[in-house]
Amino acid sequence: MIKRLSVFPLYAVLLLLFIFPTISLAQDETTETGDSLAVVPALDSVFIEERTPLPAGNVVVKDHDNDAGEAIDIKWDKSPDDFRDGKVKEYLIMRSDSADGPFELLGSAMQGESAFTDYRTAGGQEFYYKIVTINYEKLNGTEFWRASSESSVMGPVKATAQWFNTSRLNIFIGIFILAGAIIYFIFAAKGGKKFYIRKIAGIEEVENAVGRATEMGRSIYYVPGIHDMDDVQTIASMTILGRVSEIAAENDTRIDVPVCRSMVMVTAKEVVKEAFSKAGRPDSFMDDQVRYLTDDQFGYAAAIDGLFVREKPATIFMIGTFFAESLIIAETGNSIGAIQIAGTAMPAQLPFFVAACDYTLIGEELFAASAYLSGEPKLLGSLKGQDVGKAIFIAAIIIGCLLETFTSLNVSALFSSH
Amino acid sequence: MDWQIFGVWLAAFMTLGIISFLYKDNVFYKAAEAIFIGISAGYWFIVFFWDSMVGKFYVQAIESPEPEHHVWVGLILGILMLARLSNKVGWIARWPLAFVVGATAGLYMMMFFVSNAMVQVQSTIMPLWETGDGWFTVFNNIVIIIGVTCGLVYFFFSKKHEGAFGVAAKIGIWFLMVTFGASFGYTVMSRMSLMLGRLDFLFGTWLEMIP
Repeated sequence: MIKRLSVFPLYAVLLLLFIFPTISLAQDETTETGDSLAVVPALDSVFIEERTPLPAGNVVVKDHDNDAGEAIDIKWDKSPDDFRDGKVKEYLIMRSDSADGPFELLGSAMQGESAFTDYRTAGGQEFYYKIVTINYEKLNGTEFWRASSESSVMGPVKATAQWFNTSRLNIFIGIFILAGAIIYFIFAAKGGKKFYIRKIAGIEEVENAVGRATEMGRSIYYVPGIHDMDDVQTIASMTILGRVSEIAAENDTRIDVPVCRSMVMVTAKEVVKEAFSKAGRPDSFMDDQVRYLTDDQFGYAAAIDGLFVREKPATIFMIGTFFAESLIIAETGNSIGAIQIAGTAMPAQLPFFVAACDYTLIGEELFAASAYLSGEPKLLGSLKGQDVGKAIFIAAIIIGCLLETFTSLNVSALFSSH
Repeated sequence: MDWQIFGVWLAAFMTLGIISFLYKDNVFYKAAEAIFIGISAGYWFIVFFWDSMVGKFYVQAIESPEPEHHVWVGLILGILMLARLSNKVGWIARWPLAFVVGATAGLYMMMFFVSNAMVQVQSTIMPLWETGDGWFTVFNNIVIIIGVTCGLVYFFFSKKHEGAFGVAAKIGIWFLMVTFGASFGYTVMSRMSLMLGRLDFLFGTWLEMIP
């Protein structure tokens, strides 16, 4: 009995030694940084202290440059303990709308990083930020311990929009030069200066193609593509439609314009009507010459195919934006023996038009055609101005390549866009 | 009646009706065409109504707790478009059209200048060779630079294509044609997959001949 009593204190000490750390580990400690942080088990203070990294310093928060007020940049000096196998595992970026908190977890940056951009900035609201530098031990998603240190709170700062995006200064200069050249040549053209514009085969044939329809007593079909009026190709197409309609009206030949967009229908009606008036035949214009079919791409293609084979037009123009329906329409037009003039700036569809049509306006020829056909000084001047722009780009490419080959200059960066 | 089976049969007949156009224009094609156009026109009307009138106007300008008042401008422009139904005030319909065309030109100017000019020039400016480059890389670089510059020369409209300039333009159009050839083959292959999709539907889903 005495022997038993004498060993009791030893058991008691061992029991206490076992229970105390167990209780300590079981106690949950929520950091002041809010609920978003993981719940960290409390450990021996010396153990934690030894593993606590020094905090990130010199935290700078400022509005993100050159944006529409959508972001705030946070930068900091890395913790002195931030090196390979050092005490820093991550930086937690904490945000609050008050300097006193509570702070919510916004995101994290890995060891070695020293910047973060907050894209969750409500318009006009001010925020405070701080960086929590953390060290931890984790295995299979289970965190055994965590030690952290906090930077000072920085702010307030709010995201604001900038009027000018200075990173796009090179684009501004480029457009300024191009626009300057175009304006100069427009004024020169208006002043009576004659510009040489090379012949574009497809455009040269417009009159012959319309004349063919007149001789055969058949109609002309003009397909303006499947895009709406918010596409420059459709806009260019409307200019060409005006000239084609005028020639058709002069020859007293019917022109049909099946469209797949309501806005294009409205515009095309105005254009054709005006062209008929210009040709002195306003009464020849029929409202149903310009008709809406459907907005559906392949429904439109199926309808046009049907119209082609039933009405057998002598001449078909396909000018505008086309996609997969290009070959379906062009092939049907080819099968009925119509003379076909196509034009698009869609690179993937040009091969089909080149293969199936008699003449094809390739890319920029489509836009040049509208200037060429109208003969207006401002359009011819703009064509000349654009050529100046191309000459500048060719010179830039050649000089840039030579400089990059024989020097260490990074010329291509001058043309980068952000 | 099993509506799913009915739907498969209907889709099969529509497919065959459209494909029959390869033989010649016929009554089946006409029927499929008319149904296709009618249904698609109605479908897109509903889509645009819910997308524009409800999604873009009603939700943003009326239902939203923070209404976006500028959306009303769009509605007014849309109503002005309807003015063309009247002979007297039909001219008003030109104003929204002018707005759309003008705004489009302005909006896209920046985008096209960046994507079609700046980025292209940036990508083309490269060293002809660098230390460690193989001869094939050097050849590729030279081909790209010649192709781009000669292609640009072809699109000069205010200078006669004669002499050295004409030769460069000729090389440019050759580059374009080779590109078109490659693009043609590539796209035809993708269209074959569309055809295979329809054949799979006909022989698999409809006739159940494909296990």
